[in-house]
Amino acid sequence: MPKKKGKKKVKSKEIKGQLGKKKETAREKMIGQTIGYRYDVNLLPDYSRLTPFLKKYIEAMGWDDLNWLEDVHMGYEENRPAVFDRNANGWVTIPSKIKLPNNQQDRDMIARELLVKFQMSPNHPLVDLKKAYLKF
Amino acid sequence: MANLKTSEKKTKAQSMGLHSEVLTGKTQQKFFNPDEAENFYYFGTYDVDFNKRTEIDVKNMECREANKKIDELMKDGYGTIVIKNPQGKHSLGVGILNKLNLIFEGSLGYFGCGSMDGPIVRINGRVGWSCAENMMAGKVVIEKNAGSCFGAAIRGGDLICKGSVGARTGIDQKGGTIIIGGDAGAFTGFMMQRGRIIILGDVGINLGDSMYDGTIFVGGKIGSFGSDAVEAELTDSDQDWLKRKLKVAEIGENFDVSKMTKVVAGKKLWNYDALEPTEKKGAI
Repeated sequence: MPKKKGKKKVKSKEIKGQLGKKKETAREKMIGQTIGYRYDVNLLPDYSRLTPFLKKYIEAMGWDDLNWLEDVHMGYEENRPAVFDRNANGWVTIPSKIKLPNNQQDRDMIARELLVKFQMSPNHPLVDLKKAYLKF
Repeated sequence: MANLKTSEKKTKAQSMGLHSEVLTGKTQQKFFNPDEAENFYYFGTYDVDFNKRTEIDVKNMECREANKKIDELMKDGYGTIVIKNPQGKHSLGVGILNKLNLIFEGSLGYFGCGSMDGPIVRINGRVGWSCAENMMAGKVVIEKNAGSCFGAAIRGGDLICKGSVGARTGIDQKGGTIIIGGDAGAFTGFMMQRGRIIILGDVGINLGDSMYDGTIFVGGKIGSFGSDAVEAELTDSDQDWLKRKLKVAEIGENFDVSKMTKVVAGKKLWNYDALEPTEKKGAI
């Protein structure tokens, strides 16, 4: 009896790039554009989700809103959530013990809070650099 | 420290002869410590008090002398400094990396308030070319008009001009928000990569030419769109944010934001998908 040929599994090839040729996120559908980054850099902050720390930070700096932190988002580095620190020019990874919410707005607020705390910490790499190279 | 190592797997770029090595260790192995204290103080900055106020007359001072004087006053803890008679001097109020309330009683020349990181500046006059160039954070409010290249290459913060601005506003912008109460010239948002520009009045030709990313909101007429600038749908979240931002900017509080035009990058200039994942990260 001839053997039945098993059906070959056809692997679906992932198509990058153009909208409509891959599974878009809800945000991509809404704005009608592909998000090239692994997060939406144009996402405007939802101020109802401000953390108590960020409120105190805004007050201490004398600003009316998040100011430069509006451009800070939770991204990814080597498959781990991370925030880009422009002062250190590198990604700073979120420890795995911090549980992150699924909502990007909440994740962004956590990213902003952790980044500010990190930048003001005596452990920040810029502290050593300033001590070594500060001219005036 | 980054190390070089030979890549075993040939990538598309390597087979084209672009390079034969990859950089490793580029990522800083830094982790957040969730228990960091709340001190609201950046290392190396001065602890100033906003209620401690002083004035300086810079009429007979060179810009270097005036900027040094501002630094000395911050060192003494002054959090509010009023500059009298700036008389259109160039490069005043540059390189302030501190929280501060700075008020100019008059107009500034070229490159005023450049490379700042944190202060709140109010200019009761006009500004020349490239005001607040490379600003990192803070807020600058200009009561009258501004020259060309307003907010060139800003990376963060709010830059507000209550009057009209010249050409190439927000050229090479990499973050932050530029708000213009009046009209803007040609090539506004030229090569912008990130951030937001709000124009309540009309804008000249080639709006958002060669923009890679970011968003431009226009309340008036648009001369013409630049290469790769396209109109997008104005969402509810955009409108909420615009209302809030205009309130902060002290202009256009009653402006009907629902009629604004939103302009984004068409992303035809994007070639990131052809890059390797590591290169893609570098491009962000």
